[in-house]
This record gives sequence, structure tokens and C-alpha cells, in this order.
Amino acid sequence: MTSVSTPSRVVPLKRPFTFRRWFGRTGWRHLVGLVMVVFSAFPLLYVLSASLNPRGTLTGSNALFSQVGFESYARILSTPETPFAQWFGNTILIAGTTSILTVFLGALAAYSFSRMRFTGRRAGLLTLVLVQMFPQLLAVVAIFLVMSTIGDLFPAIGLNTQIGLIMVYLGGALGVNTYLMYGFFNTIPASIDEAAKIDGASHARIFFTIILRLVAPILAVVGLLSFIATTNDFVVASVLLIDPEKQTLAVGLYKLVSNPNYADWSAFSAGAVLAALPVMALFLYLQKYIVGGLTAGSDK
Amino acid sequence: MRTTDTDVSATKPSPQQHRAAMIAEAASGGLKAILLKIALLGIVDAIALYGLFVLFLHQQWLIFTLVAAVTVVVNWIYFTPGKLPAKYLTPGVIFLVVFQIFVVGYTAYIGFTNYSTGHNSDKAQAISALMSSAQDRVPDSPAYAVTVLDQFGTLSFLVTDPNGKVSLGSADSPLAPVNNARLDGGEAVGLDGYTSLSFQDILARTSEITALAVPFSDDPNDGALRTNDGSNAYLYLSSLVYDEQADTMTDAQTGTVYSDTGDGAFVAASGEEMLPGWRINVGFDNFARAFTEEGIRTPLISVTLWTVTFAALSVATTFFLGLFLAIVFNDMRMKGRKFYRVAMILPYAFPAFLSALVWAGMLSESFGFVNQVLLGGAQIPWLTNEWLAKISILTVNLWLGFPYMFLVCTGALQSIPTELEEAATVDGARPWAVFRLIKLPLLLVSVSPLLIASFAFNFNNFNLIYMLTGGGPRDAAADVNVGATDILISMVYKVAFTGQARDYGLASAFSIIIFVLVAVISVVAFRKTKALEELNR
Repeated sequence: MTSVSTPSRVVPLKRPFTFRRWFGRTGWRHLVGLVMVVFSAFPLLYVLSASLNPRGTLTGSNALFSQVGFESYARILSTPETPFAQWFGNTILIAGTTSILTVFLGALAAYSFSRMRFTGRRAGLLTLVLVQMFPQLLAVVAIFLVMSTIGDLFPAIGLNTQIGLIMVYLGGALGVNTYLMYGFFNTIPASIDEAAKIDGASHARIFFTIILRLVAPILAVVGLLSFIATTNDFVVASVLLIDPEKQTLAVGLYKLVSNPNYADWSAFSAGAVLAALPVMALFLYLQKYIVGGLTAGSDK
Repeated sequence: MRTTDTDVSATKPSPQQHRAAMIAEAASGGLKAILLKIALLGIVDAIALYGLFVLFLHQQWLIFTLVAAVTVVVNWIYFTPGKLPAKYLTPGVIFLVVFQIFVVGYTAYIGFTNYSTGHNSDKAQAISALMSSAQDRVPDSPAYAVTVLDQFGTLSFLVTDPNGKVSLGSADSPLAPVNNARLDGGEAVGLDGYTSLSFQDILARTSEITALAVPFSDDPNDGALRTNDGSNAYLYLSSLVYDEQADTMTDAQTGTVYSDTGDGAFVAASGEEMLPGWRINVGFDNFARAFTEEGIRTPLISVTLWTVTFAALSVATTFFLGLFLAIVFNDMRMKGRKFYRVAMILPYAFPAFLSALVWAGMLSESFGFVNQVLLGGAQIPWLTNEWLAKISILTVNLWLGFPYMFLVCTGALQSIPTELEEAATVDGARPWAVFRLIKLPLLLVSVSPLLIASFAFNFNNFNLIYMLTGGGPRDAAADVNVGATDILISMVYKVAFTGQARDYGLASAFSIIIFVLVAVISVVAFRKTKALEELNR
């Protein structure tokens, strides 16, 4: 038992394999792993199986993979009462715009907090920490009333508009994201800025052409986290978007199965698979960065 | 801050340095950048000017002043040199102030009003709504020829009375004479700036047109014109009479007098309330209701307790399972760790709102997979029994949350230097002691901020509750629409946005109670973590 990092050398090759020793060392770990894999993956397999089931009901979905067909996919994509493609597009549009603008606004703020010294800087940073304690959804009633007042005056950006919803989301752009970015900006040496300044670059050029490229990893993380948060939002979206063809996936799919016993469960499952696949693919692909981003806040 | 930070511009620049920096800055900005900046500001100003114009038309002076002030400040910030921090912070701060800070203040304001279904307008609108809802056609009313006009979606009546006089009016503005109408056979058929509705349009918008009542004059007692077919209108008189001096509403048929007693509605001597009423300031009434009315206080207390319990148990269960798994899979001898890791991250990658909906289906009492297949056709009310629903919620949240804790704990465990463990082993510590006395305290230091964040997230984990159980099973004894598994935020949502009676005032009062709770909890939590950090220093 000298070193843990070179296990193959530690175990003398001559010792015969015994199940008991194997189980005591790593075997039981595989047992735990197996249980957890079943627990984790089973509901996802269930959705996949339900989505391939051409019959619509919840009961029909219980016999896993008994029938395989793509009828429910066709159904969810073609039924006019459930404009799934529209919801999908809306979600991508709303979440995409929100996350891009969130990253941009947050990066601007993080740059000024990280690189400039001004009165109110400390107070500003503290405010950002405090603000994230009070998520927007707590004020959803006020947001609804404000947006309906705005809608009376400017119908294009008020209640029941996607621009209005994006604007509300942007209210949360400064906050935890800025704090994450601020920490990352601080790790970029200020001497880079100074060198560029001596070479005659303006502050805007330094920010857009140098800093933004150096902090690209954190921009990706914040953008992705913001995209996921926006996609998952139900409260604000359900209150502000009224017309079915303007709604997002979270609102639309919820309404589709608000009573699972009578809903077209297969169509919902097909929709869920279609909605989840891109997110999961992106997530697993960017796993490393996200995990890094999640724990970045814990350093301080 | 200015003197303590040494990385950038530690000391204030001298005037010469400042001027030199300015010149360098100005010289380095390209022409394109300047043009882009002017174009962007031009767009912002154009939008602001349009907004100011609309606000001017609607005579919204307070908002007008605010928008004008913000526009001037924005232009000043971007057109004068210097003020770099402001240039970078302004865009985000504007959104932050409007949609995060202002709305919190507005929540507080609504919490002190009776804003709800039946109390959502001012008194004048309530009076006209009351008068028009109780209208009956005057039996000998002459027929008024009307043409329905549309302007930007708002419908108006262009009326030719039996004497040939032409006037125009809409739901909000009483009939007023017009003299530039296009006539056809003595009947007005069109007006510049308005679109006359065709027969097809009238058919398509029948319900909107038949609901429209155009006041005959400024005095609501004069009645209103209504049409059933879009071509002939008749005078309708309200069975209610409004007496402006006495501020009372009288029902002409029964003779009952309703007066404004300051409760935001006309109330008869018998206590009968006439709805719609209007919005008034009610002081601490909503809070008083929340804390004294039995039918609200009891559910509020139980919901608050469950919210805290739910959040705490969710953090505890996910953390301990995550930590356990992190320890189990943090063994280098084990093969296939990568596979387990990916499989266990899956619940975290699956969109959370979908997970709750899928589980709701799987746990369905009569048709769900768990009852039908796993338990062989049992009828266990997983989501409709008070206690089982709570257990189901915690289980599903464990499924949703353990991968995050697993990732975080794995990271934290791997960052603990192995020398510590080796040194302790050499000193004769047993593995359990090494874990409890060395690894766990170190782990907690780096993980505790994330635990607090997770608690805060679960405290407002609306999606899980609302999509899994909808807050149910419903508490029949409560006067508000709440159930056994509702947490505070879902209760606010249900009081404000579901059911027939939407009570924005009460919901906002609940929101303020949450704000106070969250503030107290965060202060305590931050004190605790600081203590923890200092302990380990």
C-alpha cells in the first residue's frame, strides 16, 4: 500500500484471484454503481420507450419497448393544437437571445468591476451578491402587472410578447453570472491590458478584441447556464405569454400533460425526447467546462 | 478600495497623465467604431423618442419624466469622454433596476392594496363598467345607423342619428360630433384615419362588436349605444343610477342604495357588495389577513414549515448521496468509473421541467409505471396522499439533485492533498477517522457555499412542486387555493394566477413575507459559513 496512483504495481500478480477480496475492494462499488445507473437512467429509458409507443395512453406506455414506431413523433409535430415546432423555435429564440445578451451585459459589467477602480465599486459587487438572493420569480405578480401596464402603452413589448419576456429575463443578467465572470476576469493578468494600451488600443478595442477572447471559456459556461435556466423557466413564461403559438416548451408541454391520465402520453414523450436531446448532447459535450463553472464559485 | 488594490491604476493619475490618456484613447478609436457608436445611440434615441411620444399621448407624466431623464443620462454618459465604468455598467444596470429592483418595490406596493379580480381598475372605470353591465334596451329607442370603424385594433361607432347628425365614439370616449365623415345616402360610412369594417369583418368580430357599449354622453346616467348586427344601434339605459354628489349607486328596480364606504366597492346597507369595485390602498389588511384569519394563517404556517423542511431535506439527501457516491467512485482501482459517471450525470442533463412531468406520469395512481409494473397493479396514491406526496417529491428531487452534488463532491475530494491522508495513516488513524476528522471538514469548507446556494434554489423550486403534484392534495379547510405540498412560491403563484379569484394583493403580501424570510436565512447562513471558514484558517 505505497501509492494509490499506481494500483497495478501494488497488487502482486502472483496472488490468486478471490471473489471475496475483489468484492471487498472494488466489487461492492460496482454494485452501488449498478443500482445508481438503474435509478438514474431508468426514467429516461421509460420516456424513450413511451415516445416510440404508437398508442397514446399512459397505460400503454408501461410495457417497455413492446412496440416501436415513430407515429407519436409525427403526431406531436403535426397536431395544430400543439404547435410543438413553434414552441421549440420560440424556446431556442428566447433562450438563445437571452443567453447571448446576458453574457454580453454580464461581461461588460465584469470588465468594469475587474479592471476599473471607481466609487461604488465595492457596493456594486455587494449588491450583485445580495440581488441573487432574491430571484425574479418572487416578484412575478409585480412583473405581470408591470408588463400589462407596459402592454397598454406599447403593445409590441408588453404582455404576451417574446421581446417583453426577454427583457424581463435580462433583469437577471447582472447577478450570479457577473460574479462568476468577475472571478475569471481577475485571473487574466492586467499587464496584457497595459501592454495593449501602450500600443495605442482604446478601452473598447482591448475589451472586444483581447479580453473577450481570453475569457471565452467562462463566457461559454455562463451562456450555457443561462440558456438552461431560461429553457427551464415556467413561472415567468407562463404568466407573460398567453397565445399558444407564442409559448415556450416548458409552458406548452406542461399544458399538454397537466393531467397525465388523460393526456396523449406518447406524444408528450416524443416531444420531451426531441426537446431534451439537443440540451443533453450539448451538456455531455461541454460537461468538463460546466462542472468547472459550477465549482468556480466555491473558491471564494 | 482605490488605495488597497494595486493591480490597476493604484494611484490617481496626474492631470497631465489624464490628458495624455485621453488623447491616446481618442487617437486609437477608429472611425468605424465611432460611426457604430453613433448609429447605436441613434437607434436608442429614436426608440426613446417614440416612447416619449406615446407616453405624451397617454398623458403618463411620471413615466414620461423618467424615460426622458434616463435617455438624457445615457446620452450624456456615452457622448462625454471618460466615465468608463458607467459606459460599461449602464446597459445591464438599466435592466437590473427595472426588472429586478423596481419590481420588488412594486411588489411591496401591491401588497398594501386590494388589487384582485374585481378590484383592478380605478373608480371611474368601475362605475362605467357597473353601469354598462346592467344595461337594458330603452323600449322606444330610435334606431341609430352605425358603421363600425377600426383604428389600430380599437373599435369605434360612427353614428348617424335619426336627424342626420353624425358623431363618433368608442368604449372609452363618449359620442362627439364629427363633420368630415364620408356620407352615402345621408348615412355616414367612413372617416379618414379609420377603416370601416366590411360585412365579413363584422361577422368575424361579432362578439367584440356586440360587447361594445359607446357612452351617449359624459354623464354615465345618459346610457350607451349598443348594436347587435353592426348596422343599427339602440340606446341602452342602465338600471343603476349614479349620484355623483352623494357618491352612491342606486338600483332603479329594487331601490337599493349602494354607497362607497371606503372598501373599494359600492356596498349596500345589508353588506352586499357590488362588483367590480376598484383598487384602493388597504394598509396592512393583507398582512393582517395572512396572520389572523384562520383559513389563511394555518395554511401559511404549514406551507412555510414545509418549504423550509423540503429545502433542507433536499439539500441533505442530495448532498449525502452525492458525497457517498463520490467516495465510492473515487477509488483509482475501480474500472469503468467513467461509464458510471456519465450514466449518473444523465438526470442532471435532462431538462428539469421535463423530469418532473415524466415522474408525474410514472407515479400516477391508476396508470403509472411504478404502481402498475413495479408494484404489480397496486393503487398507491403517490401524488395524492399528503405524506406520500411529500416523500415522492423528496425522492424525485433526490433523483434530480444528486448528480450535481456528486460532481461537486468529487471535485472537492480530489482537490484535498493526498499527503494529509498519508500523514494521518502513518500516525495510525483509521480510515473512518481520516474521513471524519480530516476530509469532511475540508470538504465542507469548499462545498458549504454551494450547499447554501442549493438551499436557496430549492426554497423556490417552483417547477418540481407545480409540475409533479401541483401543490396537491388540496387543503380543504383553507380559504386560499393551497395544498399539502405547496411551497411558498407555488402558493403565491396559485393565489395570483390560478382559479376564478385572482388576489394580487394577498399574493404580493405573501411575496414580501418570503423576501423577509429569505433575507433572515441568508444573513444567518452567511454568518455561519464565515465562522466555518475562520475555524479552519
